[in-house]
Amino acid sequence: MSSIRVLVGTRKGAFTLTSDGSRKRWRIDGPHFAGWEVYHLKGSPAEPDRLYASQTSGWFGQVIQRSDDGGRTWNPPGTRPEEHMGPDGMPKGGSNMFRYEGEVGTHRFFDGSQRPWEFRRVWHVEPSHTDPDVAYAGVEDAAIFRTGDGGRTWKELPGLRQAKGHLWQPGAGGMCLHTILLDPRDPRRIFVAISAAGAFRSDDGGDSWKPINRGLHSPYELPDPEAEVGHCVHRIAQHPSRPDVLFMQKHWDVMRSDDAGNGWSEVSGDLPTDFGFPIDIHAHEPDTIYVVPITSDSLHYPPDGKLRVYRSRTGGHEWEPLTRGLPQRNCYVNVLRDAMAVDHLDPCGVYFGTTGGQVYCSPDGGDNWKPVVRDLPAVLSVEVQTLP
Amino acid sequence: MIRVALPYHLRNLARVTGEVELDVAGPATLAAVLDALEARFPALRGTLRDHDTLKRRPMIRFFACREDLSFQSLEAPLPDAVASGDEPLRIVGAMAGG
Repeated sequence: MSSIRVLVGTRKGAFTLTSDGSRKRWRIDGPHFAGWEVYHLKGSPAEPDRLYASQTSGWFGQVIQRSDDGGRTWNPPGTRPEEHMGPDGMPKGGSNMFRYEGEVGTHRFFDGSQRPWEFRRVWHVEPSHTDPDVAYAGVEDAAIFRTGDGGRTWKELPGLRQAKGHLWQPGAGGMCLHTILLDPRDPRRIFVAISAAGAFRSDDGGDSWKPINRGLHSPYELPDPEAEVGHCVHRIAQHPSRPDVLFMQKHWDVMRSDDAGNGWSEVSGDLPTDFGFPIDIHAHEPDTIYVVPITSDSLHYPPDGKLRVYRSRTGGHEWEPLTRGLPQRNCYVNVLRDAMAVDHLDPCGVYFGTTGGQVYCSPDGGDNWKPVVRDLPAVLSVEVQTLP
Repeated sequence: MIRVALPYHLRNLARVTGEVELDVAGPATLAAVLDALEARFPALRGTLRDHDTLKRRPMIRFFACREDLSFQSLEAPLPDAVASGDEPLRIVGAMAGG
């Protein structure tokens, strides 16, 4: 029988939640990296017990951790001294090193001035579909890095910052590259999203990139209605069976592209508010999508104190609230952009974590919800592995 | 032998309990101690000082013998009591909430 492993990153450590396929009884393990912010952790599709985690701290900076046994034990990749001595006898210590390539350059800052890029943390790690030693890291200040040696060393793909990087600017959460989608059909095609720069696509394995933001409108943030970059994209989702169709939760607006991002159209439809952070897609129904409407950019909690996931079965426009099992009064949590995921069982399970420390699971595609755990630190990310 | 007291989170990262004892070649300076510390515990690279510039991270402090050594040159000699192992070099995460 299949089993489920949920990987939860929080403000104060990482947790793993495991269950059999019934998704009724859960085992909670953690905190791993207790006291550190864990922005994201994710398993390799090619080798599910290979997990990567981003452990970060305002005091001590960035640490990349790797597990090769499904999260039971962790090591910063290659940090055992015997693995790590360079020819000069000094440690390579490369697993935590994210060094921008070439001239650092500048980006736009809040006050309109230009600021040099400065590495702060890894927001998202996206392992390759096929090679467990290959993974991509999205970082703040926004850039994408790649490892080909299981996380021991990371190298920037600098072409991304050539895509009008001088016009990118931080959102309130920092200038972060938070979404990386690897096209399962074409290993050369990569999508990323950056707050507040927009969405970008590479068709050559990450060497060169182009903005894919046509059709996005951000009148409150960008007075130029044709602005090619600068949009605050919160999240993009892609179904593996239909990689040219993308769904986006923008700062405001839920958007859809049917041509790999060349153009976007709004599908917010009858949502109560189209501000929000996560967006995800049903594992077996590529036109069934999920969002969590949030009141506004000034009020980062659900409208009316009711925590509601909205589901569209029509690829957007028409939405239904999913409330059964979710708090419908006095609820003022947020759901962050990387904190929603789905499993691949049938029926599909949908999961999300809140800034109040709850992780909810719906084992039936969103119809019914139950908290897996209620009192974790604020949840930053949720990923799900469906294990054989 | 030089004694180094790491903050809680870095003891966990280095997987040590209590103080670390290091043999430091040459003059006992902060730079020499940090080199030796990172050589023995590569996971600590980047957690105390920048990978490239080797500048102290902003919220890291170095204390010893009731003095704050954080703002002295990394090449300045450490107090004799630290060099002799009588007193530890204390690496401290700056106080902050959250």
